[in-house]
Amino acid sequence: MSLSDHLPRASLPPFEEVVARHGATVLRVCRALLGAVDADDAWSETFLAALRAYPDLPPGSNIEAWLVTIAHRKAVDIHRVRGRTPVPTENLPEPASSTGNPGEGDDELWSAVAELPFTQRAALVYHYVGGLPYAEIGTILGNSPAAARRAAADGRAALRRRIEHGTGCRS
Amino acid sequence: MNFPQLSVGSADLAWLREKLVLDAEAAGLLDVAFRVVDTPVGPLLLATTTVGLVRVAYVADGSDAVLDELSRRISPRVLDAPRRLDPVVRQLDEYFAGTRTHFDLPLDLRLADGFRREVITRLPEIEYGRTASYAEIAAAAGSPRAVRAVGTACAKNPLPVVVPCHRVVRSDGSMGQYVGGVEAKRALLQLESVA
Repeated sequence: MSLSDHLPRASLPPFEEVVARHGATVLRVCRALLGAVDADDAWSETFLAALRAYPDLPPGSNIEAWLVTIAHRKAVDIHRVRGRTPVPTENLPEPASSTGNPGEGDDELWSAVAELPFTQRAALVYHYVGGLPYAEIGTILGNSPAAARRAAADGRAALRRRIEHGTGCRS
Repeated sequence: MNFPQLSVGSADLAWLREKLVLDAEAAGLLDVAFRVVDTPVGPLLLATTTVGLVRVAYVADGSDAVLDELSRRISPRVLDAPRRLDPVVRQLDEYFAGTRTHFDLPLDLRLADGFRREVITRLPEIEYGRTASYAEIAAAAGSPRAVRAVGTACAKNPLPVVVPCHRVVRSDGSMGQYVGGVEAKRALLQLESVA
């Protein structure tokens, strides 16, 4: 993320610039969260919804956090369609996700990520793939920065347990 | 903790971007479609609204300023949508090949207001291969003393090449300024005089 993303701007950049600048990151987030098959649909729905709402976005907004927020809603929808516990909450135990691993990069790590409860997975993905601070992630998940940080820490701990001597997960 | 970076292929993203353009068009959300084409007078940015061609710009120095202006003045829903500009590109190709002497395209003149718009709508009356002076255009627009304002209107023509401000020259016959640079103006006038 570049410095200019955080500087207020008098007007909104053309949407093409939003796609060019954030398209790849949002696709990585969608893949890490949902697996390759559902990621394309989530990306398409995210950017179409973003295009629709874009003229009302206050200039100077953190566009990447805004896009990840929309992508998160799409991901929750997809989980709903899959018949899983739909809304991630902080305290309830959650079933492992049915959506597969992204199938690229470090397979062992990604299949372990895919097995995490949704909130832990989302917190990890938004932080490590999306590059968002926990304050933003708390807003996206509907909890607090501390809860988002805790979810990511719990996810990390679970990953460590699952990949005892794996190569993909280094702290 | 280090997450391995998921690789995102440029082909994957290109396909998704194409699909976004189609979805946006189907949903009526493609307010401004643009494309950059190479021409004998350098790269031109072409932009269209649902009304018609709204902007032609010389972009040898980059497109950012032009796209920012479109975003600010028309709508931020701006996407690179090459196919929407196909009819314009076809006519430009014919023009630069010397086989087209008149553009037949729906135009959206919303970027030219007041007197500037008055001037812009007069310019297509100058026939292919001919020139007119700034003073003549001022007179035709009903303000014979507004010679300088005609110069400004030509300099700010939102649709150069298609709306032929390059055919407006000084009363002494010298070429005068041009939004795409004097070289481009000379090239266009030469193209039209040969045909």
